[in-house]
Amino acid sequence: MATNNPSMFLLTVNGQIEGANFPEFDNLYCKYCFVYGHDWVPSSGLEEGITQITCKGIQSSHKLIWNFPLETTFKSTNPSGWPQLVMSVYGPDAFGNDVIRGYGATHIPFTPGQHTRTIPMFVPEPSWRLQKFTSWLLGRRPEYTDPKVVAQGEGREVTRVRSQGFVTVSFHIMTKDMKKLGYDTGPSDAWALPK
Amino acid sequence: MATLAPSAEFRGKLRKKGRALQETWAKNKNEDDVQALVPVATLSKGKHQTTMKEAQSSEEDPGETLKRTLRAQRQRQKKRLLEQSSAHESHDNDDVEKISTIQPQSEDRGSAEKAADPMNLSKPPSGAQRGLGSGIQHSPKNLDDIVTLHLQEKLRAARPASRLQSLRDRDTITRFDREVDHDGAGKHDVPLAIRTRVKFREAAKRAVKGLPTAEEAYGFFTYNFEPDPKDGTVRMSRKKQKQRKTVEEDMGEADEQEDSEVDEDNQDEKIGQSEEVPLVQEEEEGLFAIQQSSQDFLEVKKAEYRGYRKLIQRESELLFTPSFRTVPVAIKLPENMKPRYLEDEGLYVGERPSVSLTNENILENRILKMEEGKKWFGDDGRIIALPDPIKESSTRPPLIHMEEDLDPALQTVYKKALKSKYAGLYISSAADPEGDYQLDVDVSGLIFSHHPLFSREHVLGARLAQLYDQYLTRQHNNLTGHLTDKLNGLRRGLRNMLEIHGGQCLTQAVQQRISEYSLEVQNTRQLRDSEQEKDRTLLKNMVKVWKEIKALREFQKFTNTPYKLCLRKENVDRASDKQEYEDEILAEVVELEAESEMDYQRKLAEYKKQLEEWKLWRRKQKTKKKKRKKKKKSQAQGDTEDEDEDQEVSESEGPAEEGPPKPEPLEKPDLDSIEQQVREKASRIRRKPGESILIPELSASGNITAYELCPRAEKARRDHVAKCFLFIKILYNNKEVSQTDSRSLSTDFRVHFGQIFNLKIVNCPQSINLQVFEEIGSSCSLLAQVFVPLPEPSGLTGSVPLEEFEFSSNQRVMFDHEGVGSDVPLSFEADGSNKQILMTSGKLACCVSWGTGEDGTPLAPPVSQQPSGIRSGLGYFDAVTYIGASGLYDMKKIGEWATQSRLDPNDPKNASIMQLLKVASGGEVTAPEYFRLEQLQQEFDFVTDEELDRSKRLRLLRLRNQEVAEFRNYKCVPALEREVTDEVFQEYEKRLKEGEIIDTKEHLDPHRALVAKYLQKIRESVINRFRLAKHHYHLSDLVIEEEIPSIGILGRNLFKLAEPKRPLKPQRKERKKVTTQNLSDGDIKLLINIIRAYSIPIRRPQSNKPGQSSQGVIQGSDWLLSQVQVRPFVEVSFQRTVLQTTTADGPNPCWNEELQLPFSAPNGDYSTASLQSVKDEVFINIFDEVVYETGVNDKDRGKSVHTQVERHWLGSVKIPFSTIYSQTRIDGTFKVNTPAVLLGYSKERSYGTNGGYDILRSLSEGAFITLFITIEPQLVPGESIREKFDTQEPEHLLQASERFERDAVQSHPDRPCITTVIDLNGKTVFITRYIRPLNPPQELLDAFPSNSQEAMALVARFVSLIPSLPDSISFSGACDLWSTCDQFLTLLAGDEEEHAVLLCNYFLSMGKKAWLIIGTAIPEGPTAYVLTFEQSRYVIWNPSSGQYYGQYDTFCPLQTVGCLVNADNVWFNVQQYTSPMRMSFDTTKAKLWKPFFSRSFSHPGLSSVQPEELVYRHIDKAAAAELQDRIEKILKEKIMEWRPRQPTRWNRYCTTTLKHFLPKLELSGGQDIAEGHRHELQNLLGDNRISGFPLNLPFSEIRPIIEAVYSTGVHNIQASNAEFALAVYVHPFPNNVLSVWVYLASLVRT
Repeated sequence: MATNNPSMFLLTVNGQIEGANFPEFDNLYCKYCFVYGHDWVPSSGLEEGITQITCKGIQSSHKLIWNFPLETTFKSTNPSGWPQLVMSVYGPDAFGNDVIRGYGATHIPFTPGQHTRTIPMFVPEPSWRLQKFTSWLLGRRPEYTDPKVVAQGEGREVTRVRSQGFVTVSFHIMTKDMKKLGYDTGPSDAWALPK
Repeated sequence: MATLAPSAEFRGKLRKKGRALQETWAKNKNEDDVQALVPVATLSKGKHQTTMKEAQSSEEDPGETLKRTLRAQRQRQKKRLLEQSSAHESHDNDDVEKISTIQPQSEDRGSAEKAADPMNLSKPPSGAQRGLGSGIQHSPKNLDDIVTLHLQEKLRAARPASRLQSLRDRDTITRFDREVDHDGAGKHDVPLAIRTRVKFREAAKRAVKGLPTAEEAYGFFTYNFEPDPKDGTVRMSRKKQKQRKTVEEDMGEADEQEDSEVDEDNQDEKIGQSEEVPLVQEEEEGLFAIQQSSQDFLEVKKAEYRGYRKLIQRESELLFTPSFRTVPVAIKLPENMKPRYLEDEGLYVGERPSVSLTNENILENRILKMEEGKKWFGDDGRIIALPDPIKESSTRPPLIHMEEDLDPALQTVYKKALKSKYAGLYISSAADPEGDYQLDVDVSGLIFSHHPLFSREHVLGARLAQLYDQYLTRQHNNLTGHLTDKLNGLRRGLRNMLEIHGGQCLTQAVQQRISEYSLEVQNTRQLRDSEQEKDRTLLKNMVKVWKEIKALREFQKFTNTPYKLCLRKENVDRASDKQEYEDEILAEVVELEAESEMDYQRKLAEYKKQLEEWKLWRRKQKTKKKKRKKKKKSQAQGDTEDEDEDQEVSESEGPAEEGPPKPEPLEKPDLDSIEQQVREKASRIRRKPGESILIPELSASGNITAYELCPRAEKARRDHVAKCFLFIKILYNNKEVSQTDSRSLSTDFRVHFGQIFNLKIVNCPQSINLQVFEEIGSSCSLLAQVFVPLPEPSGLTGSVPLEEFEFSSNQRVMFDHEGVGSDVPLSFEADGSNKQILMTSGKLACCVSWGTGEDGTPLAPPVSQQPSGIRSGLGYFDAVTYIGASGLYDMKKIGEWATQSRLDPNDPKNASIMQLLKVASGGEVTAPEYFRLEQLQQEFDFVTDEELDRSKRLRLLRLRNQEVAEFRNYKCVPALEREVTDEVFQEYEKRLKEGEIIDTKEHLDPHRALVAKYLQKIRESVINRFRLAKHHYHLSDLVIEEEIPSIGILGRNLFKLAEPKRPLKPQRKERKKVTTQNLSDGDIKLLINIIRAYSIPIRRPQSNKPGQSSQGVIQGSDWLLSQVQVRPFVEVSFQRTVLQTTTADGPNPCWNEELQLPFSAPNGDYSTASLQSVKDEVFINIFDEVVYETGVNDKDRGKSVHTQVERHWLGSVKIPFSTIYSQTRIDGTFKVNTPAVLLGYSKERSYGTNGGYDILRSLSEGAFITLFITIEPQLVPGESIREKFDTQEPEHLLQASERFERDAVQSHPDRPCITTVIDLNGKTVFITRYIRPLNPPQELLDAFPSNSQEAMALVARFVSLIPSLPDSISFSGACDLWSTCDQFLTLLAGDEEEHAVLLCNYFLSMGKKAWLIIGTAIPEGPTAYVLTFEQSRYVIWNPSSGQYYGQYDTFCPLQTVGCLVNADNVWFNVQQYTSPMRMSFDTTKAKLWKPFFSRSFSHPGLSSVQPEELVYRHIDKAAAAELQDRIEKILKEKIMEWRPRQPTRWNRYCTTTLKHFLPKLELSGGQDIAEGHRHELQNLLGDNRISGFPLNLPFSEIRPIIEAVYSTGVHNIQASNAEFALAVYVHPFPNNVLSVWVYLASLVRT
């Protein structure tokens, strides 16, 4: 409780990229980054990261576990442009080329507390058949020019995607001074009144 | 078979005769049949006949379906039969089935069809016919019905059939027999059934024995069977008569009976059939034991064919196709009527809705087909129709006066959104976040004062308990005692008073007091009396109820309640008691006497007074009467005054009659009766003297009869009670927060909960509601709600006592056991009178209080914070609760409420209401008569527009969202309003202001200022136009996808493998393109490769100073050697970053160096649009590095030599960034802009001569530099707008042009081809419309009247002096707008196209042959040049520089020629080469130039968009002179500013010399005079080393001039003794076109 009149609120995101469920693929790794609006500033923690490569265990044949921690604090003046976590999963294809396995994005939950999100992933489709074949052959699948595209709505109508797999992320959210700035994020905020 | 053949013949003979008979017979048959089968056969015969006929004719189809179903069934059966041929029973069934199939169709098809079924042979057609009626009759019903009926029918048919078969053999028995049998079946059903069965079997046996061969069968079938054998007919007809009679007789019962009986009769068979089990299970096995041949099961069937004609015929019966033809009027009208046209009769007939004639005809035909169709037609023979209902004008009122004062009724009124009641009521508001509040709700228990499960005894018991409670409270309060004491005290006081003043004359005051006392005594006494009476009645009632209970217990013989009332007697001393009693009475009597006496006195006085009044009145009356009498007399005498007096009289009489009545004389009060009354009363309300005092005591110690001993009804009740559970829900602010445990109801109807709930609250408490729920079994019902008042903030747990809250429920409950129920009349009297209705009710003991924390701090809100009004005056503050939500719209109600609740008008909370009331009272707001759409729009507005504008933060957010340049990438908009500083907007506002008030200082010319403003406006409108288009994405923008390698690429790749790894001359490779959206500062670099330069000017030996020049300067006139004597280097500056190459030697140096310059976009915005509008230019300056020795310091052996490096500007190349961006790379040799005069340098001349034509004499003069410029990474240039624009061009022209361009791109993708362009209004215009001869300014033509070449050069110079402004910069989108020449001259800014068009038009008007070249050039990229044809030579003009080149000039910047345009046509270059040197410009050759308009598509005569004539403003010399002074002043200031360390001295003498020299330069066009000029200067300034040059610029703004001067670096001379000379000359051209000359020189004294 530093000041009574805060001009910024803080959003702390702790959590982890728990794992993924890609039944068809193995040896995947995940890149993540945060996408946020003009009014947001990351004040600590990693904004971008890349996980280790994981392969499927014997017991849980579908689960890929990364358990990659996320720890970022944002400060902001405006809820517009609330941070989004953008994930892109890569892995080798049959020929050993590193290809995209899925893009996905989710908003950071805005209520304090623990949240688990299962993010459906998708990949852009080749624009026509032959292309599909050659891209498969050459291991050059279509990719987004920027993974951050999946966090925005503009221009997506020109793409075609195919869904594959899920990534599970857990978040522990803390906020500070949101209420003081007049942003009420729900009942759980009200319960968390300072003593 | 023998038996069969005769029968067939026999039938054949009979055919003719029988036919006639059949008709009558069939009719009867049908009647008979139908009646037999229709379940409701009560219809009369006649009626039946008609229905029958209808059925026959119309209901054919259902019969068909039926047939089909049956056939299917048969097929199945057949199959089954074949499978299990040994199952004989089924054969019978089969037989029957086959018969049945034929039935529906038999009548229509006739015998031919009958023959189709081979199994039909044994059945007489009559049998088949029989089923017809029924099948048809019932078929419309659902299939089940049909099937059952039909099966029934089948059986019936089967019986006679088999019988007939057997009969046929005997040749004697006819149908009649069967008929009789059949009829008989109705009368004696069971025996008949057996009989038929027997016969049936026989028949079956017979059939098995004599089966026909296939041919015989066929022959048989080909016959047309007649229904009856011949000999049977006579008899039959006879018997038929008979039969009909019998039928008629039996009609009523028999038919029905028969139906049902037959039903029953064949029940088992029917079931068997429908379920496809063997039909006759109980028949003997031997029935079909005989071996059967395959023919039995084989069905030889002719392909079914339905004749086309028949089909048509049948269809025509069913279908109706209305004709298209007009129906004659006569048909549509009733007979013998002529059409009557109302319109002709002059009546108004509305316009009918338009229906096409064909449709109308069809409709008419259709209607006429209907019954009563004619009623649809009017008198005029047309279908009756209402006039067209669509109104011509809209009924909605027009809203034209939108902008002006709107009708007040239509004005939208902003209403604030109603807040949810609890929304803003967090106790823990921001101001006090520490708040932590807790409400403790203690729910102790519940007692029912009535419950549906009460027994009668309970009711009484409860009443008793209630009374006892009442008694106890009364006892506790002891009002009677208090009052008695008070009375005694008063009496004593009164007595004392009287004694003190004993009989003496009383003062007024004392008298007053006495009377007061006595009055008090009187009141108190009365009160006491009433209390005593109440006590007494209470006691009496208790006793009465107790007696009732006792009676009831006795009566019902069991006890339910433990109540026991004891009356304790307290004995009193009889004597004293009596004494007291008497005293009391006496005192009372005395008092009453006194009172009545006083009363009497008062009344008497009053009476007297009244009497007086009355008497007075009487007297008056009498006098009046007298008067009147007099008047009456006078009345007879004169009439005149009569009326007035009459009136007077009547007036006076009026009140007189209402005078006081005569008062009644008073009677003296009867004092004797007083005592009597007192005694009576006392005996009523008090116990008798000496009687013991009765004190009732209610105890619950009685025994309750055990369950076993109770009667059944009571047991049921107790069971019920035991099942009953209760719990309480706690609702806080109408939200359930908790609930108690469910507790069972005890036998005394008490429930103990004893639970305390701690509510941690966030919202302000509004209400606490306890809901009592009753749970019986699994059902749960809300019994009652108890609203508990909220505690005061001081009411803390522990200090608040339990309170009892009464509740009741009006649920009606009734039981069939002892429970009395609720809301049910109940009587305890024997006769059932005196009924009571008792409702469930009870008391809930609970308390609500604020909790206390662990440390004892109260968890209650501070007193001040709690809105006091919330609880106490919910309706007071909350208008909604007061008048209801609907009333809010009613102004009157609100006003009423406001006045009632006495709102504080000064309270800001009430401001809105006060405002509303003011408005309401100010003028009655009439309800609008209009319906408005989007009236809710404002409700959804976030804030009002004013607020939006006022709030700086919102404004900032809005501007950012609008992508205003300054805020596009603004980071972190402050969260709070106060943190937004005004400075944020300063720049933006400044820009806005500039948009309106153009800084004249900057522009130095009012006209330019206006133009700039205009340009700004156009820019904005265009930007708005393209804003949407910018947000369109392509797949390539989002997804990276590898391109599919084509075979060509693959081949090339293969070829590449063979290439050397490191070739000697590496090729530039295409790089991957990067979209601009993900870039940030520092990511982009500008790569500039400076390769080499040609013909750099060389230093001129300073002849008059031999020996003084440094070692690098070689003296003498050795020309060849002196060529080495220039050490040029290149300096590149871009966005204030300056880089330079190494120094090379000689006039043709080779650097081959790459310079990297960082690029940063304005505002950090790397979007395409932003990059396109970057105005920065790359300056490439060539300098000569000159090293001077400043003198030898020879004190110490002369070893150190001080040198001074100077650099002299030689020339520059400017390349705008936008060009690099749009071109992605710039590669080529450019002409260096060298000043006309370079002091101290001489230009190298090319040695070759270019031929005789003298315009070309200086073509290859000047220096050149080879550059390669690109951006790293490669950026995707913005694409042109993918939008179609409005146009006024004809469609076919546009299509043709599209086709032309498409073809051009396909065949030659690298050649630009333009046929349509976009004008300033954003409309598509065909390009030839721009070309039209236009007059150049007359002044220019007059300058060289004889020499046309000179004139052309001058005109070109004029055009080139109009400032150039690329469209992509002005319009921030890659769209090319073409302005017309007059627009161009007004704007005085435009890019190459405008210049080219203007120049071309000038040349045309000068009578030259001129074309517009659309092509690409360096460094501009796609551009437009002008081509002229003169003296059989083609000359290419660069319109923006005024330079001209011959066709074969190698340094011509024009690289590609795409197409040629003139006023008539567009030609596309289809030659092999695009370079002007290698191609032919002869447009007549169709092989080389593809024309747009050809013979097949001729020129449609497009008019020009250009004006007919250009009007120029005259030269304004005064303005030019003024501008000249100002520029000079500004430049001098700037140069001094750039040299902050050194003093800047101006050589005035030199300046004047230069000033004289500049106009000459302008006149000569910068040529030829340099030499003379140099000499002149040298002479003047002999001892100074001078370096300097004149600059020539077109004038648009001051800024470019300053930039240009800065880039020369003249000011950089460090020598302390340097002096400067600056001269500015502005040469005015018509129409405000100005040529600015700046001569800048530095002089160093040597």
